[in-house]
Amino acid sequence: MSRRKISLRDFRPQLQRIERRLFLKQSLSLGALTMLSGCTLKDDDAVDRLLFAMSRFNDRVQAALFDPDKLAPTYAEADLTTPFPFNAFYEEKLAPAIDGADYRLKLSGLIGNKAPWTLRELRALPQVSQITRHVCVEGWSAIGKWGGAPFRTFLERVGADMTARYVGFRCADNYSTSVDMPTALHPQTLLALDFPGRPGETKYGFPVKIRIPTKLGFKNPKHVVEIFVTNDNPGGYWEDKGYNWFSGS
Amino acid sequence: MSPEAPIHPFFLRLTHWINAVAVIVMILSGWRIYNASPFFGFEFPAGFTLGGWLAGALAWHFAAMWLLGINLLAYLLYGVLTGHFRRRLLPLWPGAIWRDLRLVVSGRATHVPGRYNAAQRAAYVFAIGAVMAAILSGLAIWKPVQLQELTALMGGFEAARRVHFFAMTALVLFLVAHVYMALSAKEVLESMVTGGKERTS
Repeated sequence: MSRRKISLRDFRPQLQRIERRLFLKQSLSLGALTMLSGCTLKDDDAVDRLLFAMSRFNDRVQAALFDPDKLAPTYAEADLTTPFPFNAFYEEKLAPAIDGADYRLKLSGLIGNKAPWTLRELRALPQVSQITRHVCVEGWSAIGKWGGAPFRTFLERVGADMTARYVGFRCADNYSTSVDMPTALHPQTLLALDFPGRPGETKYGFPVKIRIPTKLGFKNPKHVVEIFVTNDNPGGYWEDKGYNWFSGS
Repeated sequence: MSPEAPIHPFFLRLTHWINAVAVIVMILSGWRIYNASPFFGFEFPAGFTLGGWLAGALAWHFAAMWLLGINLLAYLLYGVLTGHFRRRLLPLWPGAIWRDLRLVVSGRATHVPGRYNAAQRAAYVFAIGAVMAAILSGLAIWKPVQLQELTALMGGFEAARRVHFFAMTALVLFLVAHVYMALSAKEVLESMVTGGKERTS
C-alpha cells in the first residue's frame, strides 16, 4: 500500500466551504463591521485610513486644547482608591522585579548630559507629591498618590533640548510610550519614585514611573529604564496598535 | 407657505440622515467602549457593537463625534434662525403632551404629515436634549482636566460616565419609538427621503 502524503490541496473544497460559511455567519452580525477597523488602523482599507487620519486630526485638536498652565484636580488622602488597581498588558504576577541597587536610568537623544542616573541620585532631586485621578482608556478611574521629582526639573538638570517635540520612554517590561514636550513640561508631570500600594510593592512601576495626570493611564509608563528626546514621533506599545497617540485628559 | 413646499426641506432631510448615521455609529461603538469596563452588571453582545476591539471602537467614536457635533450645530442654528423650531416644536404644554401621548399609545392619534401633535413635539425635543446631554457628558469624560469645570458640573468623572450612559439609554428609547412610528405610519419614511408635499386643507 503506497503511503500518500497528505496535502492541503485535498482539503481545499471543504476548507473553502467552511470559510464561506464563517464569512456569511459573520456578515450577518454587526460584528462584521469590526473587520473594517482591523487591528492597526494602518491597513490599506479605506475605512481604516479614514479612521487613522481622524485620529491624527484628533491629536492636533487635543494639542491645541492642551493648556500648559491648567492643573489636574487634586484630591485628599481620604479619596485614595485602595487597593489601587493593577493594569498592564500582562498579568500581575508577570510584573518585572527590578533590583533598585543595580538600577540605572539611561538617557539618549537630544539630551546634553547622557550620563545614566542611579536611584539614589534621582532621590536627591527636589521631591514633591500629589494625589490625582488616573483615568484608564478602558473607562475606569482610580485616585492615587505619587511622589517624585517634577519631570521639568529633571529635563532641565540633564540639559534636554526643550524645543524638541517628543519625549520617549522605554520600560523594563518592553513597554514603551511617548508624549509631546508641552505635556512633559507640565507642572504636574512627575518622575515618580513613590507609588500607590503598600511599601515594598513594586508592581505599580518601581523604580521609576512617569506620572502624567493630564494623560490617560497608558501614557504613564512604569518601570522606565530609558528616556529619550526626539523630533520624530516615537509612537508606543498601544499607540502603534491603534490607540490615539495624544490621549490627553 | 405655498402648497408646493415640501414637508421636510432639503436641509432638514440632510441633517436628519447624517444625524441618523452619526448617532448609530456613536451608540454601537459606545457599547464596545462600555464593554471594556462595564459599571452595571452586564455587557452589550459583541455582535451588536462596532469597532471590534477597544482601540477600533474608540477610533470610530472619536471620528463620528465630529459628524454628530457639527451636524447638530448646523441643525440647531437652522432651527432657531429660520423659526423652524418655533413653528414645529412649540408649544409644549404638559397637559397637551399627556393628552396626545394617551391618544398615541391607544392608537387613536391621527397622523397629518408635517404637523406634529404635542406628544411628537415633546419626543423630538427630548431627543435633541438627549443628544446634547450625550455630547456634553462625552466631552466631560474625554477632557476631565482641560474641561474640568464641565466635568464638575456633571458631578465628577465617574458621574459623567453614568450621565453619558443614561443619555445613550434615552436616545435608544427614542430611537425605538421613532423607528416604530415611522414604519407604522404611511408616507412618513418616504417624505423624510423625498421631502413630500404639504397637504392643502
